[in-house]
Amino acid sequence: MAKVRKGIEVSIAMADAVAQANVDVIGAYPITPQTHIVEHLSEIVANGELDAEFVPVDSEHSAMSVCCGSAAVGARTFTSTSSQGLALMAEIFYIAAAMRLPIVMALANRSLSGPLSIWNDHTDTMMVRDAGWIHIFVENGQESYDNIFTAFRIAEDAGVMLPVAVNFDGFILTHMIEPIEYEDNETIAKYLPPFKMKNTLHPDNPVSMGCFGMPEIYTEAQMQRENSIRSAYPTILKAWEEWGKLTGRYYHPVETYRVEDADYCIVTMGSYGETAMEVVDSLRQEGEKVGVVKIRLWRPFPVDEFCKVVLGKESLIVIDRAISFGGPGGPVASELRSALYKKEGAPVIVNTVAGLAGRDVSRNDFRNIILDGKARAQKGETEGFTLYGLRG
Amino acid sequence: MAKPMEQIKWQELEPGSVVVEVGNALEYETGTWRSEKPVVNKDQCIKCGVCWLFCPDGCIVKAPEGHFEANLLYCKGCAICAKECPVGCITMVSEEE
Repeated sequence: MAKVRKGIEVSIAMADAVAQANVDVIGAYPITPQTHIVEHLSEIVANGELDAEFVPVDSEHSAMSVCCGSAAVGARTFTSTSSQGLALMAEIFYIAAAMRLPIVMALANRSLSGPLSIWNDHTDTMMVRDAGWIHIFVENGQESYDNIFTAFRIAEDAGVMLPVAVNFDGFILTHMIEPIEYEDNETIAKYLPPFKMKNTLHPDNPVSMGCFGMPEIYTEAQMQRENSIRSAYPTILKAWEEWGKLTGRYYHPVETYRVEDADYCIVTMGSYGETAMEVVDSLRQEGEKVGVVKIRLWRPFPVDEFCKVVLGKESLIVIDRAISFGGPGGPVASELRSALYKKEGAPVIVNTVAGLAGRDVSRNDFRNIILDGKARAQKGETEGFTLYGLRG
Repeated sequence: MAKPMEQIKWQELEPGSVVVEVGNALEYETGTWRSEKPVVNKDQCIKCGVCWLFCPDGCIVKAPEGHFEANLLYCKGCAICAKECPVGCITMVSEEE
């Protein structure tokens, strides 16, 4: 496939990226809104365009189990899911990270039941926040396509060996037709060489994986996991840097828009960043000194980079796409409050939960969230969170 | 195990806590869990091997005389052998006695 720019559905481009990454095994079960990715991949494999094993499993629990098995023998492994599917595979999802298996998942973010919903928010991914996977958030089709490759590069690095989830918003991205620049296969092959795991399942050199951990060793095993994801950070930066050199498209753990001279900022994850930038442009014309901070790398959380950007600002308006029921705020805002606590020059945080289960958040809604957030910050109303657009 | 489990530092674990030594379960002596031990009446034993088949820990071995006995370094005292023995020649005896 030569380098070419095409108008294409983001899910199809993601599937094409997986094929270009030359994966060996795909274990997946279809679920809205991820369906087009696995449908297209099964076509690609059935047509003989990709020499891979497509395992059409009976459930997501089995999908992740297949992925663990194939990654354990050192095969390049991909899966994709959403919402209830992620919930069903949760048990094995944790194990994949504990076993340090370099699986890549396209996680089409969708709300969790109930009430049952198929639309987009971040409740599914927040459920597995602490599973030990690396989590990347993307905001458009090009970023979705690109980060399939960077995800494999990061996951399979000998010093990392961790699964990576590429979070992209269900429907807002999965079903959108966008102009996407495809890289040629030579570029991809250069960027993604074959990888080698230290220990694999092989009869010539038997090892035991996924063993029982007694109280005497469990703590040490957890510390090894914690260290592995923290020390993955420089590799993530390098993977993005090298991708940038090859393609001209650079990625960073925290990305910013018009923040240098901003008094206050709106903080987003995922596709909302694009709308936020447009609204910030129009608010700037009215004299509002506002910027956008976008969190691309959710785990490992880039505390230092985040602080570098926001310390000295007056306030942050943090948009959460999920509720932590009974908690002190939305999952993102709670984390940012904790990261900034007692830091000199820390901005106050106002938290708005918006766009649950695909409820549209228009440019005008963003404008309201930003201006209302600014007012709340000035009044000192910085506890808890507000549900934007709630009736009653 | 190169080192006793309680002495291993986190830096010394293989990625994913993979166990690279084969058969190291032998080094974990589960016999300390036991509160009752199986005692075989050798005269009654018909040497059928049912206890050997059913033992979930594989800790029952055939003695030179042909009857079967539990290796008490590993026997957890679960009493499945006593329950399954067709002639009832295995008695569970409290470790306190």
